[in-house]
Amino acid sequence: MAKHTICALVENRPGVLVRVLNLFRRRNFNIDSLTVGRTQREEYSRLTMVMEGSRKEADLVEKNLFKLVNVIHVEHLEDTPAVARELALMKVKTDQETRREVTQLCDIFRARILDVAPDAMMIEITGEERKLENFIELLRPMGIVEMVRTGVVAMGRGEHTLKDHGYQPQRFPSSARPTVL
Amino acid sequence: MTPTDTNQRAAPAPIAEAGPVPGTAVPRTEVPRTRGPRTPGPRTLNGAQILCESLLKEGADLIFGYPGGAILPTYDALTEYPAIHHVLTRHEQGATHMADGFARATGKVGVVMATSGPGATNLVTGLATAMMDSSPIVAITGQVPLPLVGTDAFQETDVTGVTLPITKHNYLVTDVADLAHIVKEAFHIARTGRPGPVLIDIPKDIQMAETPFIWPEEPVRLPGYRPPATADPVRVGSALELIKAAKRPLILAGHGILMADAVDQLRHYAEATHTPVALTLLGKSCMSEEHPLCFGMMGMHGNAHVNEAIQQADLLIALGMRFDDRVTGNLATYAQSAKKIHIDIDATEINKNVPVDIGIVGDAKVVMQELLSQLNDTNVEPNPEWVDQIRTWQLDSDRRELIRDDQEPLDDRPGLDPKKLLAGQVMRDLCKYTKGEAVTVTDVGQHQMFEAQYYQHKRPRTLITSGGLGTMGFGVPAAIGAKMGTDDSVWAIAGDGGFQMTMMELATAVQERVNVKVAVINNGFLGMVRQWQEFFYDERYHATPMVNPDFCKLAEAFGIPTRRVTQRSQVKDAVLWAESITEGPVFVEFVVEKEDIVYPMVPAGAALNEMIRRPIPGQEEAVPEIALGTVANSGV
Repeated sequence: MAKHTICALVENRPGVLVRVLNLFRRRNFNIDSLTVGRTQREEYSRLTMVMEGSRKEADLVEKNLFKLVNVIHVEHLEDTPAVARELALMKVKTDQETRREVTQLCDIFRARILDVAPDAMMIEITGEERKLENFIELLRPMGIVEMVRTGVVAMGRGEHTLKDHGYQPQRFPSSARPTVL
Repeated sequence: MTPTDTNQRAAPAPIAEAGPVPGTAVPRTEVPRTRGPRTPGPRTLNGAQILCESLLKEGADLIFGYPGGAILPTYDALTEYPAIHHVLTRHEQGATHMADGFARATGKVGVVMATSGPGATNLVTGLATAMMDSSPIVAITGQVPLPLVGTDAFQETDVTGVTLPITKHNYLVTDVADLAHIVKEAFHIARTGRPGPVLIDIPKDIQMAETPFIWPEEPVRLPGYRPPATADPVRVGSALELIKAAKRPLILAGHGILMADAVDQLRHYAEATHTPVALTLLGKSCMSEEHPLCFGMMGMHGNAHVNEAIQQADLLIALGMRFDDRVTGNLATYAQSAKKIHIDIDATEINKNVPVDIGIVGDAKVVMQELLSQLNDTNVEPNPEWVDQIRTWQLDSDRRELIRDDQEPLDDRPGLDPKKLLAGQVMRDLCKYTKGEAVTVTDVGQHQMFEAQYYQHKRPRTLITSGGLGTMGFGVPAAIGAKMGTDDSVWAIAGDGGFQMTMMELATAVQERVNVKVAVINNGFLGMVRQWQEFFYDERYHATPMVNPDFCKLAEAFGIPTRRVTQRSQVKDAVLWAESITEGPVFVEFVVEKEDIVYPMVPAGAALNEMIRRPIPGQEEAVPEIALGTVANSGV
C-alpha cells in the first residue's frame, strides 16, 4: 500500500464535482484527500486527489476519472517529479508557560502564528503532508482544540504541465460563464 | 414560415428569405437596395422546435415516449414535425427498452422521451439496462420550469442526479441557446467510443423560450472525451508475439465485435490462424454458429467444452468483452494457464476483473485491421490438434444433450417424456423453422439461456437480450423497438414472469401495427430462481410458483391472434403460422415443463469448468460436491 497523488483538469461547470465524487463512492475508492480549485484559466478547475492503495487501484481511479466526459486530463504524479503541499490551520491551547514552547516549534517548522488569545493560539502551517503530521504530533500534547486541513495540492516540476488538449468552451455560449463546481 | 415547411430532409426548404414574397404587393421603395440582397438570418424558434429540428439533423425520426405536463411544449411542437414518428408506449420503461431494442437492431441511436418526475424515474431501469449493455440511446425528459427546480415542485425529480450513475453522460439545459449544441453532443457521446445512454433534461420554460436556431455544423469537439481512434501498432505487435508463441489460443468474442462492426475481421482472423472462437451472451451472432471454428457460448450456462477450452487454453484473445463474473466463474481459478490479450474500447475494462498480459485500448475493428495487416507479414502456425481437442470435449456435451434436431423423432430418447414440452425444444424448433434467420429478443431467465443454447444465430445483430443488468420485462418492448428498425422477422421470447412485467406494451404493438411475434414460455414458475432454489436452497420453492392468467385470452383481449402450444409436435405449425402473419403482432404461448433445469451450470463461486452437467440419459449422476457447498457464501 502506497500513497498516490492524482491530478486532473476538469471543466469548470455545474455538476462536475458530483460526477467525480459519485465515481469514488460507487467504485468504493478510498480517498485520503481531494481538493478542487480554480486555475490560471477560468474555464477549468484543477483537482488533486491523494489515495492509499495499490498501483492497480490507482490506475483504475485514473482511468475511471478520465472516462468522465468533463474530465479533460488526468495524471498520476508518481510518474513525474512533483511538489505536493498542504495547508493546516490549528488552534492550540496555550498559557503563559507553554506559549513560548509553541512559538519555538512554529519557528522550527516555519509555521505562522495568526492569532494569540489568553488561552489559545491560532497557527498556520504549509508543507508536505509528513511535515504537517510531525508538527501536529508535537503540538498534540498541548491540546489542539480545533484544526482544519486543506488536503494536498500538487504540481509537476520543471516544464511539465497538465495538458488541456486545446480546451475551448466557446461552443456553449451561456455555459461558458464560470460557475462554482 | 412554419417549421413544418423545413421538415423534408431530402429537400430542405430554403431558410426564410428577407425579400418580399413574390406576388404580394410590396411598394418597391420599401425594399432597401443600397446594400444588395440581405443574407438570410437564422429563424427564431422555441426550445421545443429546436429540439425537433436537432433530432432530425441527427437522423432521429422515431421517438418512443409518453407525454406529460413538463414535456407538453415538445409534444405540441411534434405536431409540426410529421417526419418524426412518435410511438406512444404504455409505460416509460417500455419506451426505454424499445429505444434500446431499436438501437441494438439497427446500430442507430434510439430516442426515448418522457415527462418530469414519475415519467423520468420510470426510465431508470431502461437506462441502467442500456448502460450495462453499452446501447446507444438518447433520453429526453421534461423538467419543471427552471425557477421551480429545487423547490420540490409538482412532478419534480432531480433527474440528472438520479440518472448520474446509469448514464454515460447527462445534461440539464439551463439556456435555450445551448440546446442545439447539447443535442448534437448527446448523440455524439451516445454513439461513439463505448456507446451508452445519454439523458437531456429540459425544463418546461426552456422548451418555450425562443432563440435563433443555429445548428452547429462543425464536428463535436469535447477535449475531455477522446475515444481512441487508432490502434497502437507496437502493442498489437507485442500481442502478435504472444499469438505466435501460443499452442492453444482461444478467441473470446463479445458485444464489441458487433458494435464495432468487426464481424468480418473476426472471421478472417479466426480462419487465417485457425483459432477457435467462444462467444459471450451478447457476443452471440457476431460469428455464425454454423462456422466450424465457432464453438458457441461460454460462461455460467455456456457450453461445457467451451469453458473447458478456456481453462486449458494457453492464450485468450478477448475481443470487445469485459470478463463479467457470469463468464469467468471464480476469478482465482480462471484460465490460470493462459496468457491474456484484452482488446476493448474502454480503458477501464483492461485489468479490471482479470489481469492481462497485453491490453489494447481501441475500437475492435481498427485493432483487428491492424492485427490482420501485421499478420500478413508473419507466420502463425495453426494448431489443428487444439481445435480437435475441443471437438473431443464437445462429444461429451453432445452425449448429455437431450435436444438435437438431427435425431428426430426425439421424443423416445431416454429421459424425455413425449407428453412434456421442453423450453429447449421450443428454441431448437424455433431456430429450425425460422432457418436461424430471425431476430430474437429475449427476456431474462431460463428461456433466455435456452435461447442462447439452442438458437444458432447466423447473422450479426440477430440476438438482442439484456445481459449485464438482466432486466426482466425487457423482451417484449425491446422486440417492438427492434422490429420498428428492421424488416427481418422479430421474435420476442419471454417467460411467464418477465412477460407480465411489461405485457401492457402489447397494446403499443397493436396501436403501431408492429409485426412482432411474441412467444411466452410458460412454466408457471420463475424458472431460474426456482432452479437456484432446487440446487442451493433445498427445494424450498418460496415465491416462485405463479398463478397466471390465460395468456391467450389476454392477448386476444388486445386484439392479437393467438396460438397455444403444449406438445412438441405443435411447435412447427405454430412457428410457421406466426411467420405467415405479416401485419400486426402475433402471440404464441408455449406451455412447457414446469421444473426444467438449464444445464450445464457453473455454480457461483466455482471454477469455470466445475459445471453441474446434465446427467447422461439413463444414467444417474451425482451433482458435484463443489456445486453445493460454495454457493451460500459466495455472495453472488
